[in-house]
Amino acid sequence: MELLSGGEITIRALADAGIRHLWGYPGGAALHIYDALFQQTAVKHILVRHEQAATHAADAYARSTGEVGAVLVTSGPGATNAITGIATAYMDSIPMVVISGQVPLEKVGGDAFQETDMVGVSRPIVKHSFMVKRAEDIAEIIAKAFHLAGTGRPGPVVVDIPKDVVAPEYKIPYEFPKQVKIRSYQPTSKGHSGQIKRAVKELLNAKRPVIYSGGGVILGNASAQLRELARHLNAPVTNTLMGLGAYPGSDRQFLGMLGMHGTLEANTAMHYADLILAVGARFDDRVTNTPSKFCPNATIIHIDVDPASISKTVRVDVPIVGPCDVVLQEMLDLIVAGDRQIDSEAMAEWWRQIDGWRERHGLYTASRYEASGGELIKPQDVIKVLHRVTGGDAYVTSDVGQHQMFAAQYYLFDEPRRWINSGGLGTMGFGLPAAMGVQMAHRDATVACVTGEGSIQMCIQELSTCTQYHLPVKIINLNNQALGMVRQWQDMQYNSRYSETLYEDSLPDFVKLMEAYGHIGMRVTRFEELEEKMAECFSHKGRVVFMDIAVDRSEHVYPMQVAPNGSMRDMWLSKTERT
Amino acid sequence: MRRIISVLMENEPGALSRVVGLFSQRGYNIDTLTVAPTEDQTLSRLTLTTEGSDNVMEQITKQLHKLIDVVKVSDLTGGAHVERELMLVKVRTTADNRAEVQRCTDIFRGQIVDIGSSIYTIQLVGDSDKLDAFIKALGDTRILEVVRSGVSGISRGEKSMRI
Repeated sequence: MELLSGGEITIRALADAGIRHLWGYPGGAALHIYDALFQQTAVKHILVRHEQAATHAADAYARSTGEVGAVLVTSGPGATNAITGIATAYMDSIPMVVISGQVPLEKVGGDAFQETDMVGVSRPIVKHSFMVKRAEDIAEIIAKAFHLAGTGRPGPVVVDIPKDVVAPEYKIPYEFPKQVKIRSYQPTSKGHSGQIKRAVKELLNAKRPVIYSGGGVILGNASAQLRELARHLNAPVTNTLMGLGAYPGSDRQFLGMLGMHGTLEANTAMHYADLILAVGARFDDRVTNTPSKFCPNATIIHIDVDPASISKTVRVDVPIVGPCDVVLQEMLDLIVAGDRQIDSEAMAEWWRQIDGWRERHGLYTASRYEASGGELIKPQDVIKVLHRVTGGDAYVTSDVGQHQMFAAQYYLFDEPRRWINSGGLGTMGFGLPAAMGVQMAHRDATVACVTGEGSIQMCIQELSTCTQYHLPVKIINLNNQALGMVRQWQDMQYNSRYSETLYEDSLPDFVKLMEAYGHIGMRVTRFEELEEKMAECFSHKGRVVFMDIAVDRSEHVYPMQVAPNGSMRDMWLSKTERT
Repeated sequence: MRRIISVLMENEPGALSRVVGLFSQRGYNIDTLTVAPTEDQTLSRLTLTTEGSDNVMEQITKQLHKLIDVVKVSDLTGGAHVERELMLVKVRTTADNRAEVQRCTDIFRGQIVDIGSSIYTIQLVGDSDKLDAFIKALGDTRILEVVRSGVSGISRGEKSMRI
């Protein structure tokens, strides 16, 4: 057997776990590992400009491919800088392994230079964590880390490795475990068949069903089964922010996103439904509005791989623990094999009702905002133009705020893993490094980062990483010179007292900034030139292009659910109009 | 409602901090906690008592299950079970109260495990209510120190918690 040092084992184990791209930043405690990295070619390392970006990039790499993302950082500040990205991945259940250097074992606990208790600091935001104590354990722990990160309900796993454990002098035989067994960890591989039968019966009995699907359908690769089931049942489908693309955005049965900024038709249909089929969704507070008023007349079926997600905030009637694809397939098989049909008369009536809501107040049928023209560019129109120019086929990452909601509402995603955003944690600064991660995984794909002048400045240093690794992402900056979403809340709840949400004249000249990084910057201030400039932006195939677009500052995101104490159907439809 | 939860978990560094962290992180209380390795040195058995509604308890047990180090979780409160807690009490004794303290200890089936010139250390085992009652029964006797182990619990009958 081959003799390797701990550092070499670390990198080799990453390669054997299937990792081709490793995002990171070196430092003292990680130097042995970085030296091992230098002497091989299987794992390509991408040097970011800040560890937060490494975690976001690896996270988005995972979101867009379904593989496990990988990060390498040093101890102390390297590790703590990674924390925001780990928390982001944790909240959205993204599979990721973060390897952090640590001070030598004999110094651990002694307040050594660049020492942080990484296992302790990251504990509440990881699926699991390890501290490696012996070189002999590295391969097995890394194999376990990948197994844990990628199976069951996925999530980030931290592996903290003290410097002496990876010392180059100490060489031992290396073998990567073919199989990993963790006796206390057995994720469910199949749903309870009795419960599935019950669910199918309820589905076929329903007169006003709605399928409410979330990020779990995308993570669990269950999009095909979801589409098939929805078609069999002729049921309306709504996706959460995390679930967009699981069901085609342009399909007739799609009601749009639901929740705080969901469409009127989705939220209203949820409210009046007699049956909700929740798949891979977690009844988040941004979806349910007031939980006690949530879907008052509905029987709720909930499929989720994580038992702790079931009946956490809303009591469900038919819980099914299991992987979404397997459970949905079993339901489909039962429906196809059975002789029961859906109640087509009731369904026709239900669709008449839904189409009525759609026609009167729908986000896509009725114009929900004033038309753009001249120097007035509506942010919604920018997204519509983006959709047209990219043929609806781009990977779209976003930051957090109004631009995120506009992108979610108006870029109708037809495929899963195309919409990459921080839903649970809501991390500003996510968009640009996420776009890098997606571009690295899909070298020839069109990748657009929809952002705002607030968010983009939180990780703007990564423009330099884009240069170094030739990552030609396109940045669509909806520039309203204010922290738009906060400003919207200040308009609605604080009498327009704009406490610390305006930039005055402090924003950089983004065009010049892009030029400084060797990229292309474009400024758009007139609606008439938007589409042409956008087309030009995407025609620069091999270049990073930043479109700084001056959008209407007064625009709010609507619909917006009325809170507190509102139900699903209680929404503001515009500044003056309420349901 | 007071609940007793038993957890069988890997005897690994960090496992206990994950359990305790879960409680503080999710806003649950721990009233008592006791933990030690089992006859199988790779496993630890932990008993904790907490307060919570059925919904909260369901979440607590599910979240505990989700911890990778946790092998098994059981809410003992629902079924027949035995629970015991150990208490050591150090009291100041005088010529006047020595006999009374001795009698009281006998009644509660406790033992005096250490004696000084003016100090008794009493050991008592029982459920938590019995220990509370003993402290009350000591009346005017000056208590210098009380240390309680927290509740350990086990289900009655055939059912057992093991791998």
